[in-house]
Amino acid sequence: MKMAFQQELWQPKELDVATDQLTRTEEKKELRIPAERAQSVGQTVGKPFVDNPRMICREVNVYYGDKHAIRQVSLDIARHEVIAMIGPSGCGKSTFIRCLNRMNDTIDGCRVTGQILLDGQNIYDRQVDVVPLRAQVGMVFQKPNPFPKSIYDNVAYGPKIHGLARNRSELDQIVEISLRKAGLWEEVKDRLSQSGTSLSGGQQQRLCIARTIAVGPEVILMDEPCSALDPIATGKIEELIDELRQQYSIAIVTHSMQQAARVSQRTAYFHLGDLIEVGQTDQLFTMPRHKLTQDYITGRFG
Amino acid sequence: MLTPATIVIAILLLTAAAYRIGVRRSLSVAGGAQAIRVLHSRPPYYGVLTALWCALPALLVLALWQALAGGVITHLVKADLPPEMRALSPAQFSLVINDIKNIINGDVPPDRVSPAIQTAAEHYRRLQQISHLAAAAVVLSLAILGLALVRGRIHTGLRARNHVEQLVRWLLAACSTVAIFTTIGIVLSVLYEALRFFKAVPVLDFLFGLEWSPQMAIRADQVGSSGAFGAVPVLAGTVLISAIAMAVAVPIGLMAAIYMSEYAGKKFRAVAKPLMEILAGIPTVVYGFFAALVVAPFIRGIGQALGLDVSSESALAAGLVMGIMIIPFVSSLSDDMINAVPQSLRDGALGLGATRSETIKQVVLPAALPGIVGGVLLAVSRAIGETMIVVMAAGLTANMTLNPFKAVTTVTVQIVTLLVGDQEFDSPKTLAAFALGLLLFAITLGLNIIALKVVRKYKEQYE
Ligand SMILES: Nc1ncnc2c1ncn2[C@@H]1O[C@H](COP(=O)(O)OP(=O)(O)OP(=O)(O)O)[C@@H](O)[C@H]1O
Ligand SMILES: [Mg+2]
Repeated sequence: MKMAFQQELWQPKELDVATDQLTRTEEKKELRIPAERAQSVGQTVGKPFVDNPRMICREVNVYYGDKHAIRQVSLDIARHEVIAMIGPSGCGKSTFIRCLNRMNDTIDGCRVTGQILLDGQNIYDRQVDVVPLRAQVGMVFQKPNPFPKSIYDNVAYGPKIHGLARNRSELDQIVEISLRKAGLWEEVKDRLSQSGTSLSGGQQQRLCIARTIAVGPEVILMDEPCSALDPIATGKIEELIDELRQQYSIAIVTHSMQQAARVSQRTAYFHLGDLIEVGQTDQLFTMPRHKLTQDYITGRFG
Repeated sequence: MLTPATIVIAILLLTAAAYRIGVRRSLSVAGGAQAIRVLHSRPPYYGVLTALWCALPALLVLALWQALAGGVITHLVKADLPPEMRALSPAQFSLVINDIKNIINGDVPPDRVSPAIQTAAEHYRRLQQISHLAAAAVVLSLAILGLALVRGRIHTGLRARNHVEQLVRWLLAACSTVAIFTTIGIVLSVLYEALRFFKAVPVLDFLFGLEWSPQMAIRADQVGSSGAFGAVPVLAGTVLISAIAMAVAVPIGLMAAIYMSEYAGKKFRAVAKPLMEILAGIPTVVYGFFAALVVAPFIRGIGQALGLDVSSESALAAGLVMGIMIIPFVSSLSDDMINAVPQSLRDGALGLGATRSETIKQVVLPAALPGIVGGVLLAVSRAIGETMIVVMAAGLTANMTLNPFKAVTTVTVQIVTLLVGDQEFDSPKTLAAFALGLLLFAITLGLNIIALKVVRKYKEQYE
């Protein structure tokens, strides 16, 4: 109840501010505001908020010891959308995405402030248990990291620890469905007992996606999932992401702007810990509002 | 007097000079310090090259000379001895040579031995002097020759740097072969003595005999057993104590490692790790008297309170303390192995919602298992070879028992007791020590090879 209340409280207010600012900018400056001013204002250009979001992030700050890695980021993640996070190396994309399922908890000296709500529940609340949270918000990493177990056990691992299957045949079913969704079933159905590490890089990454799907998440976070893959494997994963969008919300970090353009509906541009601009992907790539965004996507970023 | 030591000092002085000469020569070839750019290498390399060619051949020849000269001199002296002495058996003859050497070294006044030996000693001394003189002449001229040759060849195109690189490489290779050859030498000598033992006692009797009592009658009229050399009871003692030690060390060491690498904060680790290493640095003799004076009476007391028959030297006491000694070994090896498991695997499990201990139990440990097994095998081979603790706490009687409250003996303890004190070096009793040594060596070697293979394979998996 309390959470639902908070959600209502937050959303409209912020939305107003955002649209307000947007219109103001457009009136006064016609196009974009200079970098210095945007940073001094510390606000995000574009439309960081959506109706009926799956996740809501408000004024999120992340510190590694003294280092302020993420500054005042507010952003929504909609249902059934793929949101791409782009930005130069070290700008905090991984840091931000890792906040969304509290993977940062595992890092010594990492501190997160602000609010991140999943379906209205603040995931940084003291009484929130990270274990079910991470089942709800799954994560696929940059380097494929299958466990040194069989393909079957890789996928079955999550359902087992969360007790999602009552018996062996249910587990078999979950494994098959997950592998099918990840587009890997046809390739591995005859060798489920082989080690997951014996697969090719692209297959391993799809196995990791299957493993994530198997626990029935609502949101899937992907941190550069294709950076270790060749174009063909990348293509397969991108198709997969597009299909998964029907059921899940997906946040994907990528260094490839083409990839962002291909798979995402919205794109967020980060710069040195600030969320600079958020917008519809086609709009952001064709008509960026912020100078920094424009510099980055036209390759002028130094 | 001219001794090998003085020759070495002379060579070193020459070498120092050679370095300076090389540097100077290269500078003059280049035409002054401003023009060193025309040289292929910087001047110190020319100096080092000259010095190495001056020192290395000379030292090598000197070493060879020293190794061979003794034999040659002995041979010459023998040829000059009176016929009746030449006819002596090799063993007695070696005594004569010993006398001669003692006289030369001044350990024995010359008037205590026969005139024949006195003349022989005189002869020996003369030959030795000649040998030293000749060595000095040959070696020093070799050093100067090397120096001169290199100096003559120094020109601007001489690639001194590359040559030095080559020489250094050879030097390093030579040093590493020293270790290898020492090992081979030790193994061969143990093997040789063990084979002598196996002439007296058949191999199979030794390996599978169930009785061990190495006391033998030295004189024919002495009362005593004829000696039984079955290694099984001794080996059983070693196995029992090692098993107890591992039962202590593996769980504690492994869990300590897990805590250290997965849970402990930076500060705790900074304090605890060095403490563990201190535990590893305690001399085994200290563990030994800890076992004999503290743990053994304690166990005996508990046993008596419970109405158990515990001997004052029990396998349990020795095994427990040995286990404590091995904890740091196991934990630091396991720590390495656990740290070698990539963080990405942990992230993967945590990202699926596994708790930390689930992650460790189901992902990290299975992944690290081969490495940990390898580490444990290395620890076993240490336990088997450990001597001091068992000498002090385990006992001497070779009981064939699995009862940890009884005194047992181990291979290492038997080796020590067989060799301590005055011994005849060709009785089976003494030679048995070598056979036991060989057995021990074979076991630990086997364990180590397996362990290293396992560990290497494991590490490759994550490279
Ligand atoms: N564990 C950590 N401890 C301290 N600082 C960190 C840690 N991880 C990241 N940082 C810092 O936080 C900032 C953001 O890092 P992050 O990994 O989020 O960047 P990124 O945008 O993902 O970069 P890339 O595109 O290279 O992956 C960087 O300046 C980095 O140095
Ligand atoms: Mg990153």
